[in-house]
Formats: sequence, structure tokens, C-alpha cells
Amino acid sequence: MTNHWVDIKNADLILIMGGNAAEAHPCGFKWVTEAKAQRKARLVVVDPRFTRSASVADYYAPIRAGSDIAFLGGVINYLLTHDKIQHEYVKAYTDATFVVREDYTFENGMFSGYNEAKRSYDKATWMYELDKDGYAISDPALQNPRCVFNLMKRHYARYTPEVVSNITGTPRDQFLKVCETIATCSAPNKVMTIMYALGWTQHSVGSQIIRTGAMLQLLLGNIGMAGGGMNALRGHSNIQGLTDLGLLSNLLPGYMTLPGEKETDFQTYLDKRALKPLRPGQMSYWQNYPKFHVSLMKAWFGDAATRENNFCFDWLPKLDKVHDVLQVFEDMNQGKMNGYFCQGFNPLASFPNKAKVGGALAKLKYLVIIDPLVTETSTFWENHGEFNDVDPAKIQTEVFRLPSTCFAEEDGSLVNSGRWLQWHYKGAEPPGEARGDNEIMAGLFTKLKELYKKEGGAFPDPILNLTWGYKIPHAPAAEELAREFNGKALADLTDAKDPAKVLVKAGEQLASFAQLRDDGSTACGCWIFSGSWTDKGNQMARRDSSDPSGLGNTLNWAWAWPVNRRVLYNRASLDPAGKPWDPQRKLIGWDGAKWGGTDVPDFKPDVPPGDPMNPFIMNPEGVARLFAIDKMAEGPFPEHYEPFETPIDTNPMHPGVISNPAARVFKGDMEAFGKAKEFPYVATTYRLTEHFHYWTKHARINAVLQPEQFIEIGEELAQAKGIKAGDKVKVRSNRGYIKAVAVVTKRIRALEVAGKKVHTVGVPIHWGFQGLAKNGFLTNTLTPVVGDANTQTPEFKAFLVDIEKV
Amino acid sequence: MSMQSLDIQRRSATTTPSPDARQTLEVAKLIDVSKCIGCKACQSACMEWNDLRDEVGSNAGIYDNPRDLSDQSWTVMRFSEVEVQQGKLEWLIRKDGCMHCADPGCLKACPSPGAIVQYSNGIVDFHEENCIGCGYCITGCPFNVPRISQKDNKAYKCTLCSDRVAVGQEPACVKTCPTGAIVFGSKEDMIDHAQERIADLKERGYDNAGLYDPQGVGGTHVMYVLQHADQPELYHGLPKDPHISPMVGLWKGIAKPLMSFGLGLVALAGFFHYIKVGPKEVPEDEETES
Ligand code: SF4
Ligand code: SF4
Ligand code: SF4
Repeated sequence: MTNHWVDIKNADLILIMGGNAAEAHPCGFKWVTEAKAQRKARLVVVDPRFTRSASVADYYAPIRAGSDIAFLGGVINYLLTHDKIQHEYVKAYTDATFVVREDYTFENGMFSGYNEAKRSYDKATWMYELDKDGYAISDPALQNPRCVFNLMKRHYARYTPEVVSNITGTPRDQFLKVCETIATCSAPNKVMTIMYALGWTQHSVGSQIIRTGAMLQLLLGNIGMAGGGMNALRGHSNIQGLTDLGLLSNLLPGYMTLPGEKETDFQTYLDKRALKPLRPGQMSYWQNYPKFHVSLMKAWFGDAATRENNFCFDWLPKLDKVHDVLQVFEDMNQGKMNGYFCQGFNPLASFPNKAKVGGALAKLKYLVIIDPLVTETSTFWENHGEFNDVDPAKIQTEVFRLPSTCFAEEDGSLVNSGRWLQWHYKGAEPPGEARGDNEIMAGLFTKLKELYKKEGGAFPDPILNLTWGYKIPHAPAAEELAREFNGKALADLTDAKDPAKVLVKAGEQLASFAQLRDDGSTACGCWIFSGSWTDKGNQMARRDSSDPSGLGNTLNWAWAWPVNRRVLYNRASLDPAGKPWDPQRKLIGWDGAKWGGTDVPDFKPDVPPGDPMNPFIMNPEGVARLFAIDKMAEGPFPEHYEPFETPIDTNPMHPGVISNPAARVFKGDMEAFGKAKEFPYVATTYRLTEHFHYWTKHARINAVLQPEQFIEIGEELAQAKGIKAGDKVKVRSNRGYIKAVAVVTKRIRALEVAGKKVHTVGVPIHWGFQGLAKNGFLTNTLTPVVGDANTQTPEFKAFLVDIEKV
Repeated sequence: MSMQSLDIQRRSATTTPSPDARQTLEVAKLIDVSKCIGCKACQSACMEWNDLRDEVGSNAGIYDNPRDLSDQSWTVMRFSEVEVQQGKLEWLIRKDGCMHCADPGCLKACPSPGAIVQYSNGIVDFHEENCIGCGYCITGCPFNVPRISQKDNKAYKCTLCSDRVAVGQEPACVKTCPTGAIVFGSKEDMIDHAQERIADLKERGYDNAGLYDPQGVGGTHVMYVLQHADQPELYHGLPKDPHISPMVGLWKGIAKPLMSFGLGLVALAGFFHYIKVGPKEVPEDEETES
């Protein structure tokens, strides 16, 4: 989230799209209720289904799953053609005025630079025109036809209400009603928030859908504002923490990145990431990358990391390509892997095409499961009839199950969607032989280290030199790890202006990442968490809920990254002269000498209003990007591409380019895509309030509340297929089938798309062949293996099926 | 649940005065259907607090689960898809359970002394140790709420968490409700709060928004804010004008004289024996003969 849960209460308009907050985030949803009750906020829901969120919405519009960019592109077009944008904001705080290179093109659905064989783009042309000093050229008059604003206008002019309605199936009048409502928030004192979740991410164009939403918010001047922002509702209680700590295959903690296999030179690696300002006077905060990186390496390797050995840069793996989970299971399926560690993860249930995942697991020599529950993955080799029809005799994989604790059985912090790190305490002792995940990993590590010590091995250095100063080596405490993430001084840190003055003594905890150094004198396990455990103690455990401004920025409740800031980009809530766009939403202010306020200013503390420095300090250009330059895989402007399994066999925008041309598709998976002729209905998977993923089917109360697998279809499709509510049906994709009870509902309706009637089949995910709820089919039996071109998040929200009564 | 004994205002089938040394504030639970997202957290809180576990059931083609109230499920969400206005779908989700009527039909119908009590705060509570399992409370209830357990043949229903309320806490479902759709307090405050909510709903175009506090049963201590208060039936058949069945008055007419004339205990016991094992619908002639 750019903002945070409590801040939702400050919104005037709440758009829930690509998510179903009432269903999947009922506790956070209370802030929507609060905004409605206290501010008379309006709630608009756009979704293929009339959801639990829609049930309390002021306005609901249906949309075909997988057509969100068309919808949002249409809203952008509406705002531009009706002149409903926050002009001053757009001009000052976005790249609208920047001129784009002449060789950038967009024709017939393709951007310049495409390489068909590689299914990827050379993105060199997706760049601003630079002057001789390397600064982006800007045209404040917006006269240049190649300035971002004009290119954007041209790009989205194609998304007329008719075109949008034709692609999305949203009736034209309903689409326009949503546009009108959103347009009211172009007023500086009217703010919209967007709440989205997996309904936007789980598409082959997921990242671009989110970007389109962000563009919309920028045009309305809603980023940085209390009650505004782009708010991703994270699904697991600590999934934000997972990304923050870099648990993705190409990341290092704090959103730093691993070097690629060609990046063997340390300085080149750093230079590429320590981006120089693209406009005069900008902060370009990533210039500090070397400080973050070196401090990380010091935290990991301590004295072994020296300037001479480039702080162990050579020890870092160099990526040949992204090894995301889809890639890993592809490799496993090709027999290229021997073993796999599965920690708090149930891939047989959670990843696409169960048959492929199960087949891949069967090719392993060993599989280690670390989980508090009996997951389907841990018993993938058992025959459970139709639910898991495998022959155990043919599976040789040795499975080790290491029972771990669940969250209530351990101390630690959880990072919520609003980036708050909240400390929690163990509520019960773990049962039986269960051990904490730290303990399990540390136990394995210490054993491995002994072996490396004894036997040497091909490359023992990183293992033997890893910092491991925990009191109990096989069981590091959460406190110890938290202190390590915060970071400490390794030598006395002195003031640059007055070397006699010691700011932090050697061994002391750091106050924030502003104290990090690139000379090896600081260690920090995750720079964005720096400040969470200072010399004042555990900031995450703070529990003072006082809220002096009434805007919900309880600065003494827990701790938010970065530096306890609650609303990101909050400098953009004021105009360049420092006047709040809306005095009622004043987050920060200039007191004549420095910035301060009821939130931690997201700006250089001593740079006064009127300075050319702009609020988007992480971007080298200092402003937000309507034109994503080279950051996205499939183009600088989001474009509508059909899901890989499309019900209309074409893309009405450009029939020659149907689906995301930059999405990675493995051989065999392409062949496993189904066609509309055989599988005419759009299926979309989702969660229910009564359950959490595949966990709570193990809990009696949840099993009582939603005991048996079902799917949902509209009345029209039900009638056509002779299906009545309560009937058992079979839902089939090109990859497999599931059987479930049919819920027949008015809440899903047929949509008119490209001259065709398109029906939706809703597929809740929560059942499996383990647990207390009635056994059911893993819904990922149905889903296709293709991910978002940037994140590789699988396309679970839009694929094709057929349905019949059994 | 006999947690409270000092502030009882009436007891079933009893003519002697009830203990009322302590007076408590009249309370109410207000359920704002327009805020409810049907998350069932209240259902799960009810199971947790009262240590109840219904069976893992099945899906009947609807979201409602468990499908009905039972001795283990004292509250269930009822989901209704309606189109009050052409083309404007609404998914009305109502938390069903005991209404804690000011004039409780269950209590009036109950023939077993002290099996049903009403506290001075308005809560209607079943004291199962006195329950004889006759099921008259079901007949007497205009909201079809009490359920007889198959296991012990006693009647159960929502207690309005009388055990929590007695020690100054809100009911478990109220505490749990994430959206604040359920609130709890003095009946007066709840009516005031409801008026604010109704004003908000009217401003959003629900011209017939209103409070459900049916006077036919003397008002209730569980009230609803409804978007369409003119059509409570839309909400899974919430009765428009609930009344205690005339059958109950009939039984009362007989019970009272029985008690006051102090007829032999043997006769009384005989009667109770009959109704315990006999049919739940008491034949009229049987009643007149007794
Ligand atoms: S709703 Fe039924 S059970 Fe509850 S108090 Fe009223 S009559 Fe008795
Ligand atoms: S008031 Fe108590 S007993 Fe009644 S439904 Fe709520 S939690 Fe259950
Ligand atoms: S807990 Fe509240 S919001 Fe959830 S179903 Fe119950 S009343 Fe509705």
C-alpha cells in the first residue's frame, strides 16, 4: 500500500476493483465502512461477480475477467477528453511534460523493439529524450506531440466507451457512470482510493493493470494524499514482509536486486543501480544503493566482507534468468532438480496445472516439507481417488515432513499491507515435536556448516563465513534477527562535518538507514527495516494508538517502513509551494527550517518549498511516471491484451496481437491452453471469507461455515445447461476437471463481449484432499501455466472451461 | 445459562414473584444489515464463546452454512438475492437468531417453571436445566428460533451472551464483527444510533430505510437497520408484523388457574409428562381437558 488500512477512512470515493476486500480482508474493510459512515464516502465495485464487497457498495458494475486495462484505459480517456484531471499536480509531479524519444513507436498492438524469437522487447527506445547533460527534456507547455501527455492521450483515445464496453462487457451506461463518479475526484479536495488484490495481479498483464490504476490516480492527483493512493491488499498476514526481505528469486532484502550473470564487476553492478538524477536538482534516492548493499554484505559476512574483496560480491549468485516458482517447476518437470524445500508453501494446491506440479514433484529424489499442517503437497504421492489419482508405487520421491509452528506459537513481527511491522508474542507452546521455522533452518544450517568444515566441498566460503552470532546457534531468537535487520555500527560513526563528533558508537543499533555507510562501517540486514529496533528498543512493539491529527497516522503504534512513514509520497499532498491541496488532509508542512507534521515527511528534511526537488524521490526524474520508460516488460503504456485463454479468440484492439507478447510461455504449456470452441466459458478463481487458502479447511469452525466445494454460475448459463442450485457439476479445462456443487446466482451475469455472449464460472479455491472440510478437488487442476510478464504471477483469474451436470 | 439470578423480571410457568433485587439497564443489540458483509465472523465467535461445534455439513447450492439454526448454531447468516428496483441487484445478508422480544412468545408458551427467564435488561434466556424438551417455545416464537437438541432433548438459542453482558461485556458476536454492523448498548442509545444510520441510508437513496423493532412483540432487544424496512420479508422472510400465536394465550389461560388454585402436583406432573413425550403441537382438546 502507498497508504495504509486506517487511512482508507479518509477517502471520499473507494474503488474496489481487482479485489474483494469485504470477502478477503473483512477486518481491514472496517475502514471502508468507516469512510462511508463518517465521511459519506461512496463505494464503487467493479468485478465479474457481484461480491460481498458489492453487497455494501453504492454502485456496482460488472466486467469480464481479464479486461481491466480496457476498462481503466477507458476511464483515462474519459478523464482526458472531459478535462477531469488535477492539472497542477499532473504538470508538476508526473512526467507528463517530458519528451519521449523519436524512435519510440506503438503500432498495431506492438511497441518498438520487439524480438519475436525471444518474446521480449529491447526497451532502448522507451526513454525520454535527454539533453547534453543527460537530463530529460521537458515541454511545460505540452505542445510537443511527443511529450508523455500527448502520447498518452493518443494511446488511450482508442479506448472509447463503445470500444471499452465491447471488450469488457460492461454496459456502456454503467461504464460511464463509473467514469463520472471517478472524475469527481479530480478536484484537489476530493480523493479516491483504489483497493486491489489478486484480482489484478493474477493475470498475464497483472502488473500493467496495476499501473493503469496508478496512472489514473496520478491524473486525479491522488497519490501522496491522505485517503488516496494505490492500495494493494496483501493476502497472507506477512506476505508484505516476504517481499520486503527479498524472498523472491531475483531480489535481495529491501528491494535490491541480485546481479545478472553478465554483471561480474562490482562497480558496474552498483553504478547501474545507483541511478543519477534524470532531472536537475532531484534526489534520486537510489544513489545510496552502495550503502544499502555494502551494509547488507557486512551483515551477512561480517569481517570476511572487505573493501578488497568487494564485500564478497563474488559470492553472490549471478542470475542467468529469473528462477521464479513457475520456472522452478518447469525445471523440476524436466528432471533438472534433485531436491526441493517447501517451507510454508503448498505448491500442489497453489500453483497452476496441478497435473504438471504433481508430475514434477514425482521426479524429485527428495522433497522437504516445513509446515504446521498436512499439506496436499506433502502427500502428493498418496492416492485420494478422483481428488488425487496417482499411483504411489510409481513415485520414488522421498518426502521429509518437518512440523513447524504456526504464527501464534512464535514471537516475531508481521508486516501488514500498510507496511507496518507489528511485533507479536507467542500465544501458545507448539504441539508435539513442532519447531519454529528459524530453528529448523538454523538446525539445517549448522549441520551443513559442520559438513562443509569437515569435507570442504566445491564452494564452502559463503557457508563457512556467514555471520552467525546467535546465542543459541541452532535456534536464533526473533529478537536477534530483528536487531540484525535494523543494523548497527561496526565502527564509531562520526559526523561528516565534524569528525570529532561521534554519532553512533561501534556496536550500537542504528537509528535509520540515513546512517548507513558504503565503507563497511555499518551492517544492516534489510535497509528499509532500519529504524525498527533502535537503541530505544523494539519500535515494532509500540502500542500507543493516539492520533492527534485524526487522520489515523498513529506514529507511535508499531513501526512502518520506511522510517515510520505512513503515507508514501506525502510531499505530493502539497503543491510545489508547500500549500496542501486540501487543508483538511494536511499531512506535513514546512516550518521555515524543516519539514514536519503528523506523518514522517517523504522528502529531504531541509529542502524548502519552491525548490526544484520533486516528491517522487526514489525516481531519478523526481516525478511519477505515466510513461514507465524501460521498467515494464510489455511496454511503457499499459495496453489491453487478452488473457492467454480468451473467450473471443481475438483482440478487438488489434486482432494481430491477441495476448501479452512479452509473457513467458514454456513449451508444452502453450499446447495445454484451451480454445473457446471447446471451452466457451470464462473461469475465475477466488477466495471466500470463511476460509484462508488451504489452511482453514483443517479447522473445524471454518469447515462448518463453508463445508463443501462449490462453483458459481449465473442463472442464464444454469438454465441453458439444465443445472439447478445444489446439483453436482463437472468443470473442465484443457488441463483437467473438478467436480463441485453448483451455486446458481443472480450475482453472475452473462456479458455481451465482441458480439458474443460470455458466461463466467466462479471457482472458489479452498478445498483439497486433506483437512476437516469435505474433501474436494484442488482448483489449480484447471488453471493454465502462464504468468505476468514482469512478476510471473500465474494467470488464475481468467481462463477457459466448460461445465456440465454430472 | 443461570448466571444471573438477582435481576429476573419474569420466569416461565411461574406465578411467584421473580427475584429482582438488582435492576439492570435495558439493553439491545443493533444489527445494521446495510453494513453487514456476511463474513460469518459472528457465527464463528458464537461457536467459540459458547463452545459449540456444529457438524461439518454440505453445500446446498447457497452460501448459507450451517443451513439452519440448531442447538449448536445459535446464529446463522441468511443470504437473499433480490431486485427491489428493476436492474439493481441487492444481496441482503441478515444475521438470524433470537430477537429477545420484550414480550417473548417462547417464555409465555413454556410450561416448565423457570426454563425460560427474562432479565430486567430485556434478555430472554433459556435455563436448560429446567427445560423439559416439550418444544412449546418453538410454537410460541414468532421468529422460529429455538431448537431442540437431538442429544439431550433441551431447547437452545442465542443467550445474547447473558454471561458476558452480566459482567459488563458486549456479546461475543458484537465484539467480533469487523465492520461494526453489530453494535450493543442501552436500547435507547441503539435506537439513536439506528436513526443516524437510517439518515445515511436515506441520503444514499434508500427511501424506505428504517428500524425493525416490531411492536407486535412489544419491541425487541435485537433490532435491525433495514434498507427496505417496508418489506422485511425480503430479508429471508423476516415477519412484517410478528405476533405471539393465539395458541399461546390459550395455554396461558389454563396454566394460570392451575398454578393459582394449587392443584395437586400429581396432576401437574402428569401434564408435563404428556407434553414432554407427546406431540409438539398440543391438540386443542387436550388443552381444554387438562
Ligand atoms: S425470538 Fe423467539 S425465542 Fe427469542 S425471545 Fe422472541 S419468542 Fe423467544
Ligand atoms: S449474542 Fe452471544 S449467543 Fe447470541 S448470537 Fe451473539 S455470540 Fe451467539
Ligand atoms: S460479523 Fe458482522 S459483518 Fe460479519 S456476518 Fe456477522 S454481522 Fe455481518
